[in-house]
Amino acid sequence: MAKTHAIDIINITKKFGDVVVLDNISLYVRQNEFLTLLGPSGCGKTTTLRIIGGFEKPTKGNVYFEDEDITTLPPYLRQINTVFQRYALFPHLNVFENIAFGLKIKKTPKKEIESKVAKMLKLVNLSGFENRDIESLSGGQQQRIAIARALVNEPRVLLLDEPLGALDLKLRKEMQLELKSIQKRVGITFIYVTHDQEEALTMSDTIIVMDKGKIQQIGTPVDIYNEPINRFVAQFIGESNILDGEMKEDFKVFFANHLFSCVDKGFGNNIPVDVVIRPEDMEIIALSEAHLIGRVESIIFKGVHYEMEVNTGNFIWTVHSTLKKEVGEEVGLMIVPDNIHIMRKES
Amino acid sequence: MKFKNIGYPYFLWLGIFILIPLLLVAYFAFTTGDSQNFQTFSFSIENFKRFFTPIYLNVLYKSVNLALISTVICLLIGYPLAYIISKEKPRIRNIMILLVVIPMWMNFLLRTYAWLTLLGKNGILSKALSYIGFNNVQLLYNDTTVLLGMVYNFLPFMILPIFSVLIKMDNRLLEAARDLGANKRMVFTRVVLPLSIPGVITGITMVFIPAVSTFVISSLLGGNKSTLIGNLIEQQFRYTNDWHFGSAMSIILMVFILISIALSSKFDKDKEGKGGGLW
Repeated sequence: MAKTHAIDIINITKKFGDVVVLDNISLYVRQNEFLTLLGPSGCGKTTTLRIIGGFEKPTKGNVYFEDEDITTLPPYLRQINTVFQRYALFPHLNVFENIAFGLKIKKTPKKEIESKVAKMLKLVNLSGFENRDIESLSGGQQQRIAIARALVNEPRVLLLDEPLGALDLKLRKEMQLELKSIQKRVGITFIYVTHDQEEALTMSDTIIVMDKGKIQQIGTPVDIYNEPINRFVAQFIGESNILDGEMKEDFKVFFANHLFSCVDKGFGNNIPVDVVIRPEDMEIIALSEAHLIGRVESIIFKGVHYEMEVNTGNFIWTVHSTLKKEVGEEVGLMIVPDNIHIMRKES
Repeated sequence: MKFKNIGYPYFLWLGIFILIPLLLVAYFAFTTGDSQNFQTFSFSIENFKRFFTPIYLNVLYKSVNLALISTVICLLIGYPLAYIISKEKPRIRNIMILLVVIPMWMNFLLRTYAWLTLLGKNGILSKALSYIGFNNVQLLYNDTTVLLGMVYNFLPFMILPIFSVLIKMDNRLLEAARDLGANKRMVFTRVVLPLSIPGVITGITMVFIPAVSTFVISSLLGGNKSTLIGNLIEQQFRYTNDWHFGSAMSIILMVFILISIALSSKFDKDKEGKGGGLW
């Protein structure tokens, strides 16, 4: 019967020479989920993907595919296919031959190859492109062919290594939605690597935030955005106001010279913490009701909202609001307990 | 506009040193008479008729045959070697490439003379053979030694173009092939080999052309037993003084080479030649 986990990575360490690229990481990927490994360049996300694909051997630890140890299995024996960064399509083959590459190796009958390739081209909206040269295709089209070439082999897991990195912004947004819909239609596990937090939030069921070879946080996009576990995650995902604070007692936190009510407990008394408040959670209200009072230092129109810098004397806040204020104007700020995110200081 | 003018000295060069000599060769080929006296020249295709007789055709056949065999041997040695070198770590790779190139720093004639002393009656090989009972073995002056000389001299011209294509090959393509289910052998036959064809074509051309037209190797290592088309042409200019017949044979050889290059480049699907073919 189908296992609930497609991939399990247990205590993997990877060193290149003396450089530790992955430091004892463990994670699992559920069947049919869209999982994103997110992090800045050099965080180890691509190495993790290459270990799952079989292109790198871990220095320590094991990889399991549906409970079977595949740590030393070569890539061509894994039921996993990859969409490579900048596509890696074969320049000596046309579109049809590129997509049919894997099927021909498996000695699939000719008729079946033809119908499968046609089906894949339809899936990626490129029907009729069979005889085109790879070099005559645009970046977006090559991207789709790369996805078709991987998916036609009916892998159980598809690995995608920053596949949208080379596309322009508009095409990238379109492809994000398309990838998500393809994943739903074919119903297999996608493991996606990106450094683009917005991409990760848009597409993923689960996000794994990585930094310096370690997993920082695993969670749903909403969890990661709303409850960042530490300063790094808060900074990396979206814009944030991050301040030093002190947990006075349960449900009471002191920062920006003000004692706030919050929903957190169990930190202990008088414990230093990091406090994160998203710009859109800062509310502008009448001075009489405000927790904090500051002066607007700048204001930029961002389309849906205005982005303001508000100086309260001890901190400059980034505030998103639909209200327009003038530079130099005094404004009142309020933060409701639910929007105060408190994180333990990293040791 | 100004940029265009920069080209003129080069066009002049091409004209004086390539185009005019070629036209002269063609002129000589289609005339007969006393080579030293322009007055006696008259139009004729006699030179070509003379060439298409069994004696000369046999020489051409032999030249082409030897050149083809040496090209095939160079390919069989050169491709695996280029492949192995390209897979090495940069440090070892550079040393190996240096070893391939070093013989080319020495003069071509000297290298061929070196084989004369190695294979000669008093040479090392002959002496070694006499110790195990084979006395007075004649190693020189046959087609095999000519082949040896060709392979030895032209092998680097096969290795280098193939190596330069292999080293530039995108590693992600090989990973993609492995990812799609290809084992090591299939990665080679379905991706590496087809993508290295431009280098192979360049290598074949760079070995075949000098091999088919050589006269130094055949006269030094082949003696008078191994007359190739190159030797025939040389004889017409240096000894027989029949520039007309010599020119006609040169033209025939040129046409032959052109045809063989055209044929080989047909096998090269990627005509634009990313690997830098000759065509």
